[in-house]
Amino acid sequence: MTEMTTSRQGARIGEWLAFYGLSVLVALLLSALLVEATGGDWRPVVSALLDGSLRRPGRWGETLGTAAPMLLVAVGTIISGKAGLVNIGQEGQLFVGAAFATYFGFLVGGPGPFNLVIIVIFGAVGGALWAGVAALLKFWRNVPEVLSTLLLVAVGGQVVAYGLSQSWLLLAPLGDRGNRNQVSQQLPKNNRLPSPEVFGNRIPLAVVIGLVSAVAVSAVLARTVWGFRLRMLGRNSRAAQRSGVSQTGYGASALMISGAFAGLAGAVMLAGGGFAFGNYQLVPGFATNIGWTGLLVALVAREKALVAIPVAFVFAGLRTGSSFVGSTGVEGRITDVIQGFLVLALLVPPAVMFIRDRRRAQAAAAERV
Amino acid sequence: MTPSSTDRNGADPHAGSALAVDLRKITKRFGAVTACDSVDLALRRGRIHGILGENGAGKSTLMKMLIGLVLPDEGTICIDGVEQKIHSPSDASRLGLGMVHQHFSLVEALTVWENVALGETGRLDPTAIRNRIGDIADQYGLVIEPDAQVGNLTAGLRQRVEIIKCLRRDPSIVIFDEPTSVLTPEESAQLFESLRHVVADEGRAVVLVSHKLDEILHATDDISIMRQGAVVNRLLAEDADAPTLARGMVGREVSLRSERAAFGLLAANAAPTAVHDNQIGDVVLTMSGVTVRGLSGIRALDDLSIELRAGEIVGVAGVEGNGQRELGDLLSSLVSLDAGSVSVNGEHIPAGRSGAMAKAGVGVIPEDRHDSGVVLDMSVAENLVLVDQSNVANRGLIDQHALEAFAVELIEQFGILCAGPHAPMWSLSGGNQQRVVLARELAQHPVVLVAAQPTRGLDVGAIEYMGERLTAAASAGVAVLLISSELEEILDLSHRIVVMHSGRIVGEMNRAAVDIEQLGLLMGGAAT
Repeated sequence: MTEMTTSRQGARIGEWLAFYGLSVLVALLLSALLVEATGGDWRPVVSALLDGSLRRPGRWGETLGTAAPMLLVAVGTIISGKAGLVNIGQEGQLFVGAAFATYFGFLVGGPGPFNLVIIVIFGAVGGALWAGVAALLKFWRNVPEVLSTLLLVAVGGQVVAYGLSQSWLLLAPLGDRGNRNQVSQQLPKNNRLPSPEVFGNRIPLAVVIGLVSAVAVSAVLARTVWGFRLRMLGRNSRAAQRSGVSQTGYGASALMISGAFAGLAGAVMLAGGGFAFGNYQLVPGFATNIGWTGLLVALVAREKALVAIPVAFVFAGLRTGSSFVGSTGVEGRITDVIQGFLVLALLVPPAVMFIRDRRRAQAAAAERV
Repeated sequence: MTPSSTDRNGADPHAGSALAVDLRKITKRFGAVTACDSVDLALRRGRIHGILGENGAGKSTLMKMLIGLVLPDEGTICIDGVEQKIHSPSDASRLGLGMVHQHFSLVEALTVWENVALGETGRLDPTAIRNRIGDIADQYGLVIEPDAQVGNLTAGLRQRVEIIKCLRRDPSIVIFDEPTSVLTPEESAQLFESLRHVVADEGRAVVLVSHKLDEILHATDDISIMRQGAVVNRLLAEDADAPTLARGMVGREVSLRSERAAFGLLAANAAPTAVHDNQIGDVVLTMSGVTVRGLSGIRALDDLSIELRAGEIVGVAGVEGNGQRELGDLLSSLVSLDAGSVSVNGEHIPAGRSGAMAKAGVGVIPEDRHDSGVVLDMSVAENLVLVDQSNVANRGLIDQHALEAFAVELIEQFGILCAGPHAPMWSLSGGNQQRVVLARELAQHPVVLVAAQPTRGLDVGAIEYMGERLTAAASAGVAVLLISSELEEILDLSHRIVVMHSGRIVGEMNRAAVDIEQLGLLMGGAAT
């Protein structure tokens, strides 16, 4: 019996791997064709991607540093997703979170490590509050969160831009910004996240925060009563209502926690600096699509926080690699298209397998009757 | 008016000019169930034919065969004397058959004329359609504003749109399937008036499918009563009276489901074997003046009051759609009250607050388990602790071993057929999913157990098992509220029977003193 199960499981895993492998192969083939069609050669492009994301000195640290905020965003998205809520406004929650982190970081201005904690906490608070606006609209006025979170990205951009234009809010004093408008002060050295060097790569502390968050969220969702009830709400809201899981309470918390993780991502980008995230200061366009990419990571990881870890790394690799692609004469933004292909390639197999499995099981159940 | 239909009439060789539809020996089986068993039915032009029967009597299946949605296994269908095979609704429509369905299929965002135009082919001519709507409105007294948005219309007016959609194709045979289930009494009266116009004018044949005695008596000319897939009685409306119809609809000359039920029914005064003389205790559930408004403002529950005592099974009899679903939802904390109160063991329960009923000890086997009874994407074990995790949790953490042990025990105890506690709920058959629900609700030691249509779709063995469990629960002191549209089930298990009609309790009788005829009248809303 057990032997049979093991061999069946083995066959199943093989099937999965083959399916995924084929799917990714098709995506890569299409990407290669695209490169060729635009007049490039796919071999140097691949080589440049690997150079930029892994091979050149310091690059894999860079990739890890980029993956960390993506992972945080994805982890948050998974929480709201489990509750059956579609939060797609992480880009805005991240930016507002970073703005909160900046403002309170300078307002409190305590000693280094203490202030770092303030920055991180207020980043999360900012993101949570911005998602809280959507939660309020949903549970008070029944506005779909898909719309409100998305539209609040644009609003958040405007609100932070206003803050960046006012010196009593975020705008740096004249001396610190030269002739640039709309930038905040730089975080002082002792307010920055440490990035120890390992094998010539700077590994920011944000990576640890991201990994710990992913593991913790995975455990909370699987092992706690709160996580159980949250999943119940997401899968069948009426059964949840009957069982005492209040839509408003659990739904609003899930949405706000989701925003908190996006805000946290913003805070570590600010305090982590380096990478593509600027110079320890808030600028317009600070979020640089990390929110959107994190959303994709969650989508591909299919609401599994642990799976989001490697996915975030791959997507971060595409991003850090893309800066090297330009040198091959091919447009660097080709990696955005590759990323799109990869998302599709990774989403199709589970969808097909899921439908097939369910059909088989239901047929089996029907026979048993 | 339509030359084609007169031609068909003229070509009719043997059935007489007034015979529009002649069904002979129609049989339809679904697996082991015979939905229609050798049914004969004749519809005549210029007359309204009422088909009366309980839920599941085979009325709908018969009509679906006429309209091409279901193919008969045996028997012949003659339309205007010519034998026809109706394979699809478009075949039916070509033969002049039209149906107004019980559930509306309207696009709420569109206007009346746009809805009427849907399904039209060729060029869209709004003026022509508006005019056609106007003509129909004048002709049949179905007045409606063609430019009104359907979403803003009342249920009665929406149905008018459905009728216009049907009549626009000028069908010579029109079927109305339970047309008054969503209508107010005034709207129903208007509907029947226009029905008269429909038959009177051009010699159409109309079928009115219903389970309401009153409307069958007053709105039809010929009546066929169906029970258990067969026509058990045919009579003229002028010769019929409510008691005859009621007896025909629910009367039990023969055993229907189990011998036990037959025993109880043959001697209505003797208590059936299944009903034990339990120690009936104090009142545990009190619902008084409970009112819940449905979406369209109709009172789904209307000033309803019930008291339930520990250890008794109270059967809520009634034709489906009379508020049973809302009653179940109310006791599942899924709807809020517009008036009245619910209390358990003397304590007032805030209806509609999530989990309030469950917390107060109200267990529910819901009418549709997929709606609020189970989470299909969770495991069997998780479904067994859906409502209460306190047995398997410690300081907010779920103890996986305790969960598994708890699940294994219940799986064994209730004979749930599954691959193990971690099997996903969707991999179970309907009967086993129902056992999971039953196991969970009983494992919480409820004060009150609501069982809404608990045996629907189950096979005989599972039905028996459910009955035994409910009886055992009552013997153990649980107050059981059995909501069922299957009268046999109620007669078989209940100590006391209340009858629900239009969201109200219209009558109550002890099991020992049951009067079947009176019960039928109450269910049909014909007696107060």
